[in-house]
Amino acid sequence: MSYIAICKLEDIPSLGARRYRRDDGKVIAVFRNAEDKVFALQDKCPHKGGPLSQGIVFGESVACPLHNWCIGLDDGKAAAPDEGMTEKFSVRVADGLVELDPWSGVSAPMVCQAEAAE
Amino acid sequence: MKLDKPKLVVVGNGMAGIRTVEELLKLSPGLYDITVFGAEPHPNYNRILLSPVLAGEQTFDDIVLNTREWYAEKHITLHTGKKVVKIDRRARCVETDDGTREPYDRLLLATGSDPFILPVPGKDLEGVITYRDIHDTERMIAAAATHKRAVVIGGGLLGLEAANGLKLRGMEVTVVHLMPWLMERQLDRTAAGLLQRTLEGKGLAFRLEAKTEALLPDATGKRLAAVKLNGGEELPADLVVMAVGIRPNAGLAASAGLHIDRGVVVNDTMQTYDPRIYAVGECVAHRGIAYGLVAPLFEQARVCANHLAQFGIARYSGSQVSTKLKVTGVDLFSAGNFTGGEGSEDIVLSDPGAGVYKRLVLKDDKLIGAVLYGDTVDGAWLFKLIREGTNVAPMRDRIMFGESNLGDTGHQGQSKAAVMPDSAEVCGCNGVCKGAIVNAIKAQGLFTLEDVRKHTKASSSCGSCTGLVEQILMFTAGGDYSAAPTKKSMCGCTDHTHQEVRDAIRQQHLLSIPAVYQFLEWRSPNGCASCRPAINYYLLSTWPHEAKDDPQSRFINERSHANIQKDGTYSVVPRMWGGETNSAELRRIADVVDKYNIPTVKVTGGQRLDLLGVKKEDLPAVWKELDMPSGHAYAKALRTVKTCVGSDWCRFGTQNSTLMGQQLERALWRMYAPHKVKLAVSGCPRNCAESGIKDVGVIGVDSGWEIYVAGNGGIKTEVAEFFCKVKTHEEVLEYSGAFLQLYREEGWYLERTVHFVKRVGLDYCKQRVVEDAANRKALWERLQFALDGEPDPWHEPEKAGVDLKQFIPLVPA
Ligand code: SRM
Ligand SMILES: Cc1cc2nc3c(=O)[nH]c(=O)nc-3n(C[C@H](O)[C@H](O)[C@H](O)COP(=O)(O)OP(=O)(O)OC[C@H]3O[C@@H](n4cnc5c(N)ncnc54)[C@H](O)[C@@H]3O)c2cc1C
Ligand code: SF4
Ligand code: FES
Repeated sequence: MSYIAICKLEDIPSLGARRYRRDDGKVIAVFRNAEDKVFALQDKCPHKGGPLSQGIVFGESVACPLHNWCIGLDDGKAAAPDEGMTEKFSVRVADGLVELDPWSGVSAPMVCQAEAAE
Repeated sequence: MKLDKPKLVVVGNGMAGIRTVEELLKLSPGLYDITVFGAEPHPNYNRILLSPVLAGEQTFDDIVLNTREWYAEKHITLHTGKKVVKIDRRARCVETDDGTREPYDRLLLATGSDPFILPVPGKDLEGVITYRDIHDTERMIAAAATHKRAVVIGGGLLGLEAANGLKLRGMEVTVVHLMPWLMERQLDRTAAGLLQRTLEGKGLAFRLEAKTEALLPDATGKRLAAVKLNGGEELPADLVVMAVGIRPNAGLAASAGLHIDRGVVVNDTMQTYDPRIYAVGECVAHRGIAYGLVAPLFEQARVCANHLAQFGIARYSGSQVSTKLKVTGVDLFSAGNFTGGEGSEDIVLSDPGAGVYKRLVLKDDKLIGAVLYGDTVDGAWLFKLIREGTNVAPMRDRIMFGESNLGDTGHQGQSKAAVMPDSAEVCGCNGVCKGAIVNAIKAQGLFTLEDVRKHTKASSSCGSCTGLVEQILMFTAGGDYSAAPTKKSMCGCTDHTHQEVRDAIRQQHLLSIPAVYQFLEWRSPNGCASCRPAINYYLLSTWPHEAKDDPQSRFINERSHANIQKDGTYSVVPRMWGGETNSAELRRIADVVDKYNIPTVKVTGGQRLDLLGVKKEDLPAVWKELDMPSGHAYAKALRTVKTCVGSDWCRFGTQNSTLMGQQLERALWRMYAPHKVKLAVSGCPRNCAESGIKDVGVIGVDSGWEIYVAGNGGIKTEVAEFFCKVKTHEEVLEYSGAFLQLYREEGWYLERTVHFVKRVGLDYCKQRVVEDAANRKALWERLQFALDGEPDPWHEPEKAGVDLKQFIPLVPA
């Protein structure tokens, strides 16, 4: 586990997200909700790979911008009846800084449909 | 299970009771410790599909709605095969026939109804049965295997379905009916005649206006041998099915001293006279009506669950019902009041050769009843018009031809779900075939259009296949139970409608989303992806320059001012006034395309250029270097004003349509609206700019301009309607602008002008804009006030409140 500071909390709008690009190109979306809780998911919807960072955040969910699947911020899981899960990362706030562990990803058991089709 | 939870006991493990429990679990899972008693030895099954089971088209397992595992998973204690015989209201406890006692804090009665048994001699003979549950169905199937002749008493829905099933099982079947025609409560004489002919073609025999005098025994005196009719005729019979009506099963409630009038009397919150005791389903009498179809019962269930969950907002105010006969090969639909009466008028289409008959009953410009035979495609749509009390005067000449006669795309023009093969595509957007929908309905026990949308995605995108999906629901589940509510709430976060929210914002002078949520007691702390954008728009359109925009409540396209593409890149569509461009613009576009490696440049259907595949990080630079205004191709706002070349060049042009279009576009750009807005101006009636399918379409004629409104060229092509004729350019601007301002102020979010005008009526819009000059001027001024100083988000991003940080990906600190 190694956390790195990626930005200040206020750099992420409340009910919004920012994208962090890892050295290997993987993009991680870091979300902030109305209660200032932060969450991190791979920026890729389990449906067809939509960039979740661009979705509308509400409660502890984000609505994917492409086809409106609802993804849980806390677990990366698609809300029923949709099925799928996206990789989730450890993230926390310390002294007003958002700290992400970019290599903590829990590999999702399901790949996104677009990839599976390839 | 925690012991301190309140206890909810449900009496009746049938469709209404369990539906209530399901709705309750959706709203407040875990609120109660739930116990269910059912007299039948089975878990809850779909009673309305007993007929397909009888007909051999489905099995009992197919129609089980909730398996025993479901009850276990939800921690519900289920007692099957136990009948509740006593309610002790003082001790708050119920008791069953085997002596089980169960205390309750809340009690839900859902005991259904009992079949009515004719009080004729011989009614208790062996071989005489009713038709209510799976036990009856199994007895009929067994009788059909060993006996030959059946008589069904009662030519209503149930009787005919029983007769059809027994016939398919190989029996000779005669239907005895008291009235002069079949299903007299749902059909008029003509439709019933067609139905009878079809059923006779399937081998059923009928005795109409025939009263059953007695059931005669065989030599043993115990078993049935014949049915004796009032005329003296004796029909030999091994099996008699009595399907002459049902009675609410209110005996248990009566013995507990609850108020009964036909059924258990409940108020609009589904409470009986004892406020701890609720009742739903066929056992209930609500405002004097006991319903015998599932749709209203499900609506009752929803309301009851709302109160059990302690939300306390929903009210049940009665339902309209519609009927569909579940006999394969018979297309029949009936809804509302088709007997008409004083002041009503009929529109009739009768084509006996093709076996088609349709009758629509109108009163005071509203549809009040419909009977369809042979072609029921439009049943769901007509039923909606009835329920919603829509003013049908403007579509009177077309209503008979249904909703789908014009311009629907995406399903090969298919309109009859029944004859579609399983492999046929129903939903062109999501690639869903009929078979997949049927399977989902059966496997998941779906009932409503909403359910089907959720589980299969069919009809969830553009919606043009909704009619087909509704039909498939009817065939597969026996009905479309989306029916009931006439008042549609904005989303799952509230019970308020769009109109109520708009009104509250205006009346209470609400200026922020949290203020709206607080005042209207939203159920979720920050709404959802569906209500937040709507409310953000309502605030801005009601209180321009006062309410503050909330970018996080806008869909990504409006937040990043570009259209998101399937691969997460964006498209950029700069504005080209009236579709006109020049060499300098084209040169800049070419340079930007090269510099930023933009993969595709395309001429759009809206007379401008689309740069596709721009990386998000490049957007601000691309905008800047293009040095052209935002085309708002991404926004619920003014999109394009298409024009033709007009009198400047065209040999037919009567007016300068290009200039008119540019003037309109310059006056209206940056105008946000409930949905996107498109205009077109043509220089003569040849109409090369396609003004006939635009939100506002203007057509030049020698003497001035004709203005058309509420056209739509999208999912469902709708031809714009004539609005008014004016003389000058200034008038075109004022009338068009005033109409659009009316739409901006009163339209519901995501309602395009065509839907808005259908809802409020073209006459209303004309009255507010064309006839009332003062009001027109006021609207036009309010629009100009709202647009005054509205920034171009591409070139004044700070002023437009664009979050510029979004374009920069985070790098490690
Ligand atoms: C680019 C364009 C297709 C093209 O290559 O020509 C286009 C592209 C899209 N259209 Fe369109 N429409 C385009 C002209 C049209 C037209 C023709 C027209 O405007 O004359 C229509 C029919 C006219 C009408 O709207 O009445 C049209 C009817 C739709 C509809 C159906 C709207 C309806 O009410 O039925 C949608 C879906 C929606 O808005 O919900 C849609 C939605 C879309 C979206 C926004 C889909 C989406 O949500 O991502 C597409 C965005 C692609 C992008 O990023 O640029 N597009 N679309 C056209 C852009 C015109 C422009 O210059 O702005
Ligand atoms: C053959 C047939 C076809 C139908 N077709 C259609 C159709 O096409 N469309 C439509 O909308 N409707 C149709 N219906 C009507 C529909 O099935 C009913 O409206 C619906 O099932 C009523 O729901 P309910 O919960 O009120 O009653 P039920 O579903 O009858 O459930 C009541 C349950 O309570 C149990 N019960 C009663 N008293 C007690 C007690 N004291 N203790 C314990 N348990 C008790 C009963 O055994 C029963 O299981 C049809 C009905 C039948 C029989
Ligand atoms: S551009 Fe329009 S018609 Fe073409 S695929 Fe997209 S939404 Fe459909
Ligand atoms: S890619 Fe996210 S919903 Fe389709």
